[in-house]
Amino acid sequence: MTRKLMSPVVNSETKAFFDAARQGRFMIPVCTACGKAHWYPRAICPFCSSDNVEWREASGKGAIYTFSVMRRVKEPYVIAHVTLAEGPTMLTNIVDCDFDTVRIGQPVTVKFEETEDGPPVPMFKPA
Amino acid sequence: MSVKGKAYIAGAFEHPTRHAPDKTVAQLHAEVAIGAVKDAGLTLKDVDGYFCSGDAPGPGPASMIEYMNLKVRHAESTELGGTSYVTLASHAAEAIAAGKCDVALITLAGRPRSEGMATGTAPRARPADQPEAGFEVSYAITTANGYGMCAMRHMYEYGTTSEQLAWVKVAASHHAQHNPHAMLREVVTVEEVVNSPLIADPLHRLDCCVISDGGGALILVRPDIAKKLKRPLVKIIGAGEAVKHLAGGAFDLTTSGAARSGPIAFAEAGVTPADIKYVSIYDSFTITVVMQLEDLGFCAKGAGGKFVADGNLISGTGKLPFNTDGGGLCNNHPANRGSMTKVIEAVRQLRGEAHPAVQVKNCDLALAQGTGFQLATRHGSATLIMERE
Repeated sequence: MTRKLMSPVVNSETKAFFDAARQGRFMIPVCTACGKAHWYPRAICPFCSSDNVEWREASGKGAIYTFSVMRRVKEPYVIAHVTLAEGPTMLTNIVDCDFDTVRIGQPVTVKFEETEDGPPVPMFKPA
Repeated sequence: MSVKGKAYIAGAFEHPTRHAPDKTVAQLHAEVAIGAVKDAGLTLKDVDGYFCSGDAPGPGPASMIEYMNLKVRHAESTELGGTSYVTLASHAAEAIAAGKCDVALITLAGRPRSEGMATGTAPRARPADQPEAGFEVSYAITTANGYGMCAMRHMYEYGTTSEQLAWVKVAASHHAQHNPHAMLREVVTVEEVVNSPLIADPLHRLDCCVISDGGGALILVRPDIAKKLKRPLVKIIGAGEAVKHLAGGAFDLTTSGAARSGPIAFAEAGVTPADIKYVSIYDSFTITVVMQLEDLGFCAKGAGGKFVADGNLISGTGKLPFNTDGGGLCNNHPANRGSMTKVIEAVRQLRGEAHPAVQVKNCDLALAQGTGFQLATRHGSATLIMERE
């Protein structure tokens, strides 16, 4: 990817996620009290308020909920929300694709992309 | 406690400028404040409550209170992006109803045009401590591609078309031709909208609002004060608020916060969408209007595209006249925040002071709807229902 990606902010709630990302592992937070996965990751479960949230490795599979091709910029890109196989829907980009063939419902798999000077971030490519 | 009938909008002023390279933001705030108190027949010395949002220079309301040398006993800064001014009108009514102030001033001003801001196509700077920042900044979500994602999903679920969205802009342009201050006064066609360059699929350039400098202000007062002033009586009868967000990853992008703020406001007012004669609907993009009209109950969910088509929003010919000043799409979107001008045009309509070519006959009931921040992540919504007494 030639487009430069802004580095994500890493804090104490998200360090484990980005440490795993550096190893190419895509983790999602799952609450052991209510059993639900959530996104974006946080230390307190947004569904049941429990702080028993643990990281689990996700399948990396999902489907495009919606997307938009950003055209009027130097390097066009595809912004999207992807619904993960584990349940939550997350903001991301679709990469390694022909922009004109991207479709809602399209199956995708995770692909980490390097950022300017931070850890890599999860993006998705056609499955 | 209800705000119904407890506060009146006695002053409303929209700055005539759309380009203010030689003025400061503080100066613009003060100019619109003076315009609004004059419109009401008051002076800044009468103001005892001040309400602003993140566009006001300085932290919170203190700097502008000092700049204008106000003596207030109630002050509030509420940041909900573009919808803040509909929200603040509701909060000012609450403060008046609670006896915390008698004459409330709300101001908005900004200069994104002079500052050359890429409002829609560049990611906005955000504080590093926003809890979601680590999972959003790298993806370059912008105003345009976020709303584009909402439009894309709406089209997928309901069959909404680009041509239907274009009708929102066409209607706005029909109104803007009569507004000498509007940035874009040329009437456009559906073809011109859908043939304008794609910015962020499926939104074209003409689906997007203008970028303008300027501002606006409102004065809300106690009922007995309103009745002593010489202006037509515009009474607040209902207000609702909501913040919609991504809910831990379990969300939809085809409804807006208006689905919650609307019913609250209608219930308080004791009226239904069928009673409303005129609507001001936040029009950051054409899709924003379609979704909010559905969510407010002016048509069924998913039927918004059909509802806005064929000129249904054009004053004089359509069933639901909207944004008769030309709205954000054609007239003005000061400080990238469009809900102040929504309330102002609703007040003009209720007073019978809109341009004669777009004035709605017997306009005694109007609604102003705001949406702020990002429809594709988290946004504020506010609904205000006003009655001409």
